[in-house]
Amino acid sequence: MKIHEKIIVLFLWMCSSITVLTTALIIWILVKESVAFFEHVSIIDFLTDLEWTPLFSAKKYGILPLLTGTLLCTLISIFVALPIGISIAFYLSEYAPDRLRSILKPTLEILAAIPTVVYGFFALTVVTPFLKDFIPGLNTFNAFSAGLVMGIMIIPMISSLCEDAIRAVPDSLRQASYSMGSTVFQTSFKVLLPAASSGIIVSIILAVSRALGETMIVSIAAGQQPNLTLNPFETVETITSYIVQVSMGDVPQGSIEFQTIFAAGLTLFIFTFFLNNLSHLIRRKYQEKYE
Amino acid sequence: MNREIRNKVFDIGFRIFGIFSTFLGVILIAIFISSIVQAGFSKIDWNFLTGLPSRFADHAGILTAWTGSLWILALSAIIGIPVGVGAAIFFEEYAPKNSLTRILEINLTNLAGVPSVIYGILGLELFVRSFKMGSSLLAGACTLSLLILPIVIVATREALRAVPQSIRQASFSMGATKWQTIWHQILPASAGGIATGVILALSRAVGEAAPVIVIGALAYVPFVAESPLDDFTVLPIQIFNWVTRPDPEFIVNASAGIIVLLSITFLLNGIAVYLRYRWQKKMKW
Repeated sequence: MKIHEKIIVLFLWMCSSITVLTTALIIWILVKESVAFFEHVSIIDFLTDLEWTPLFSAKKYGILPLLTGTLLCTLISIFVALPIGISIAFYLSEYAPDRLRSILKPTLEILAAIPTVVYGFFALTVVTPFLKDFIPGLNTFNAFSAGLVMGIMIIPMISSLCEDAIRAVPDSLRQASYSMGSTVFQTSFKVLLPAASSGIIVSIILAVSRALGETMIVSIAAGQQPNLTLNPFETVETITSYIVQVSMGDVPQGSIEFQTIFAAGLTLFIFTFFLNNLSHLIRRKYQEKYE
Repeated sequence: MNREIRNKVFDIGFRIFGIFSTFLGVILIAIFISSIVQAGFSKIDWNFLTGLPSRFADHAGILTAWTGSLWILALSAIIGIPVGVGAAIFFEEYAPKNSLTRILEINLTNLAGVPSVIYGILGLELFVRSFKMGSSLLAGACTLSLLILPIVIVATREALRAVPQSIRQASFSMGATKWQTIWHQILPASAGGIATGVILALSRAVGEAAPVIVIGALAYVPFVAESPLDDFTVLPIQIFNWVTRPDPEFIVNASAGIIVLLSITFLLNGIAVYLRYRWQKKMKW
């Protein structure tokens, strides 16, 4: 190999090692700063205390209110996105004529291209005022609107991943089902759904992971008040919106108040890291099944 | 009701629900864009586009915000594209297929799933503090480059994989080295696919607010950035700032800001879709 080609390969290798370095640095930074944080705050308090008030004078460091806020918004968004996303996937793959499909698919992709701060604006200024007519006592900042709009944002992610999974099912299964006189609906839900189940599960896991980490919609529409509740009509704060709140405020860097964002960030990262790896594992198994 | 009719009813019922779900998305986009255009379009004029930020909704402009976004777009492209494409070429063409590559593979899917706010924390510790870049454009662009890296890599790898083996073999048989083959044959053949992925990734970077907030970009920057080491703000942060103000006049500003941001996003996406269309047409080997 010529010398300049060796240099090029070295450069390419360095580029690819940046990806490994990024993961390593994320874990290192979160763990290092969290360890410093846990020298001041006991892990037991962090996990069991029912209040999160690091920015007040009476400081409590219980992650639970932030965690329930995060899970509440995620749950609502999945409840919205899952039935709609899967229906779209089956409709586009099994029912819609090819021409219509080739127009609808890119149109739905627009939903995925819209910046999340715009969704947040939509939730706060359109969805919440609209819902207030139907739900008396709805807070201006509430988990419900935020989750609902987050669900809309996630729809194209679920529908396109599910559609890929459904289309990957061998055609022979479809033909066998139709030759027995099944309707499209029966074929879809009794044959294709079980056959594509692992792909569909992967799409749900990735959607949950995405919803957990979503930041701007919840920052704008769900509020910034840690609240240990499962009532969707109340104001809640998620882990991500707490991190934004601290970053926007004038908390001095290096203080214990500031270190809370690393402990909170680590908690979030553990969840998404677990879910992402799980999805990778399932996907590998599933690929093997059809090869 | 006999079975046959019941099955038909279910079939038609689901067809209707499927159409409803699919068009729900389309209708939401329409409602959404029309409501924003209604609220904000009249606000967009020369003064708004060239005005500096202000405490008063009437005078407030978005000059610093959109120039900041363009800076971020350009710098992320300069940093993110070579690194992302380079890494993809290494993964696809050079890396040996063994268990190490499998770990790299898992790592890549993991990176794609890391929440953007966590990238902000990484950028804050690494670029802002350790590399002493401060909350500058450069720190922001580096952070966002890492954020879009997995997207660029995945898209580039797919484009490289689409180039048929016969082209590689023809080039090798003419005595070309591996790099010559990549540079003169494979990259030109996959350029359309790579460009599509890169532009989609950049449009994502322009729309991100959370990581840039975490690295300390400010909402109020009274001057236009002139070098990569200047403080900055971007459109999404400016919009976020206006949305969170209690004064309803700022909602009009936010809508107008969103129109500008969406124009940039849709323009980039439009270019990407067009390039993909042309590339797919050309790509019938």
